[in-house]
Amino acid sequence: MRSRIRETFERLGAERRAGLVTYVTAGDPDLERSARVLGALDGAGADILEIGVPFSDPLADGPVIQRASERALASGTTLAATLEMVARERAAIRAPIVLFTYANPVVRVGLDRFAARASEAGVDGVLVLDLPVEEAGGLRAALEGVGLDTIFLLSPTTTPARIREAGRLGRGFLYAISRLGVTGARASLADGARDLVARIKRETALPVAVGFGLSTPEHVADVAQWADAAVVGSALVDVIGRWGQSDALVEHVEAFVRALRRGCAPRPLGGEQDGPR
Amino acid sequence: MEDQAPPVTVRGAFGRRDPDARGYFGEFGGRFVPETLVAPIAELEAAYLDARSDPAFEQQFTSLLRHYVGRPTPLHEARRLASALGASRVLLKREDLAHTGAHKINNALGQGLLAVRMGKRRVVAETGAGQHGVATATVCALLGLACDVYMGVDDMARQALNVFRMRLLGARVHGVDAGSRTLKDAINEAMRDWVANVHDTHYLLGSALGPHPYPLMVREFQSVIGQEARAQCLAQYGRLPDAVVACVGGGSNALGLFDAFIDDSAVRLIGVEAGGEAIEAGRHAARFAGGSPGILQGTRTFVLQDDAGNIGATHSVSAGLDYAAIGPEHAWLRSSGRAEYAHVSDAQALEAFQWLARTEGIVPALESAHGIAHLRELARESSPPELVLVNLSGRGDKDVQAVERQLRPDAAGQEPSL
Repeated sequence: MRSRIRETFERLGAERRAGLVTYVTAGDPDLERSARVLGALDGAGADILEIGVPFSDPLADGPVIQRASERALASGTTLAATLEMVARERAAIRAPIVLFTYANPVVRVGLDRFAARASEAGVDGVLVLDLPVEEAGGLRAALEGVGLDTIFLLSPTTTPARIREAGRLGRGFLYAISRLGVTGARASLADGARDLVARIKRETALPVAVGFGLSTPEHVADVAQWADAAVVGSALVDVIGRWGQSDALVEHVEAFVRALRRGCAPRPLGGEQDGPR
Repeated sequence: MEDQAPPVTVRGAFGRRDPDARGYFGEFGGRFVPETLVAPIAELEAAYLDARSDPAFEQQFTSLLRHYVGRPTPLHEARRLASALGASRVLLKREDLAHTGAHKINNALGQGLLAVRMGKRRVVAETGAGQHGVATATVCALLGLACDVYMGVDDMARQALNVFRMRLLGARVHGVDAGSRTLKDAINEAMRDWVANVHDTHYLLGSALGPHPYPLMVREFQSVIGQEARAQCLAQYGRLPDAVVACVGGGSNALGLFDAFIDDSAVRLIGVEAGGEAIEAGRHAARFAGGSPGILQGTRTFVLQDDAGNIGATHSVSAGLDYAAIGPEHAWLRSSGRAEYAHVSDAQALEAFQWLARTEGIVPALESAHGIAHLRELARESSPPELVLVNLSGRGDKDVQAVERQLRPDAAGQEPSL
């Protein structure tokens, strides 16, 4: 089976530019508006859509995504409802969809049933925040069985041996955490992020997306110089938090994503030494 | 020989019953953490395994247990309580007499020494009832470590005395106003702090919960309870108890007691969970009565959760038992049949709180009162155990005001109607 994520990175390579990955929490502020936000992200140029499954105890997330999770849970959003929304919207969306979740909702359904339902819904990849490679064997096997990509996170604290292991077991791309700490917009990019991407590139050929803390078009433009994709989450969730109850929600999301996307301009020819490969 | 003090020693407790290399007790345990914590936890595991095999570390720990904590704690026979309950003989392991008033100090001291050994300068901790927070703040004061404690704002209200004690000891106490505003949410916030500050900070987790090696390490630091109790029982009564009983929140005081008796197959091991108001969603914290296997805060164990895998709300009159997951080793001890688990209600615990005060002159923590309350259930069995040893895990000073409110919601100034 062809991976839509892999195709996207091949296309990005041909276009000589880095990709823009966006994160939103499913069901924030409710599933109907969440579906419209996904359409807006896709239309405004996001290359990969990460969809967060709300969870009661998001211990890897900062306050912005915690509140989004609370809003989504209050609107009755579950993993099952998230997959139903993806199934409804899939045909209208061009970008690959990555489910971003904590482990417990997934193990509650059962790994094989989860993989089957995610595949039927049209999900392309799954990233589980609290399932490091050592604990991810069962899920990875279940996802591989239905042709979905298992995406691993790598952090500044990850050792070279574990980077290799994630490179061997991961599919689609690897997600580099730019800094220590939880999710959340920051004023500046972490110094160590570029070094982490270089360390990852030494161990694996998988594309690398950089996230945690990116909030502005300037951050995206910086990361686009030395990584395969830039992930923006909390800053976008913040836009949804501010405009979620307004008719102008979609407009504001589109405007923000278009601005971010301008950070992913094609690289000039001959700039290979600064490119990701 | 009642005067013969048992040796204060943890020898034989370390490394005797390890989980597998991935931190599993049977199908429970493991290490389900965000990527950034994998390396620091591996570093912690290596440092712990190294420390526990170092006689100098053991000597330092043991010496402080004796001269700072005041160990061994006594084993007291509660004759009037037993007679009031129609029970046979009841022995109380007096962890309430340990420095700071609960068993929590044993683990806080062990991990504090480990933090210093690892070169950490700062400690973060969560607390529910405040006893672990007080123990951690105490150890940090003793060892010269900076200390930040996270506590749910609901728990801060019901354990206000302990909040003041922590601040007096030099700790910064941060209120957590998220989720259920209790222990679970305090753990989330402590882990968020740790993940941002792993280089200079140790997370001093207070119960036998969380990712490997915490469930092992906390149990081993607490195992001095059972080591002493077993030796004291043999010395004072010439036999082992028929049953040992302890309340179970995360479950560290229970595992600390059970550990020494695991191989004594004739000794029943009984954990008592918080039955709250009723065994209905959101009204209790009895994970084995209303939970199912799941993953919470780094470990696979029994968890109170809904069909979608979100963690359920909990309730207990006792802040220290008010938690949605149970330590993974308990899940394993239950599945293997070695330990049994019961639950008692808020009302039963409040009653037991008063029995012990009236019959023995001991005011127990509300957590420990759950274990006392279960004595009456044991006495009603068809062939009740003759000699029961209960872990009196903490003292009840912190609960006196809350209990007063519970017993007399509207009539301030009146005599309590006991």
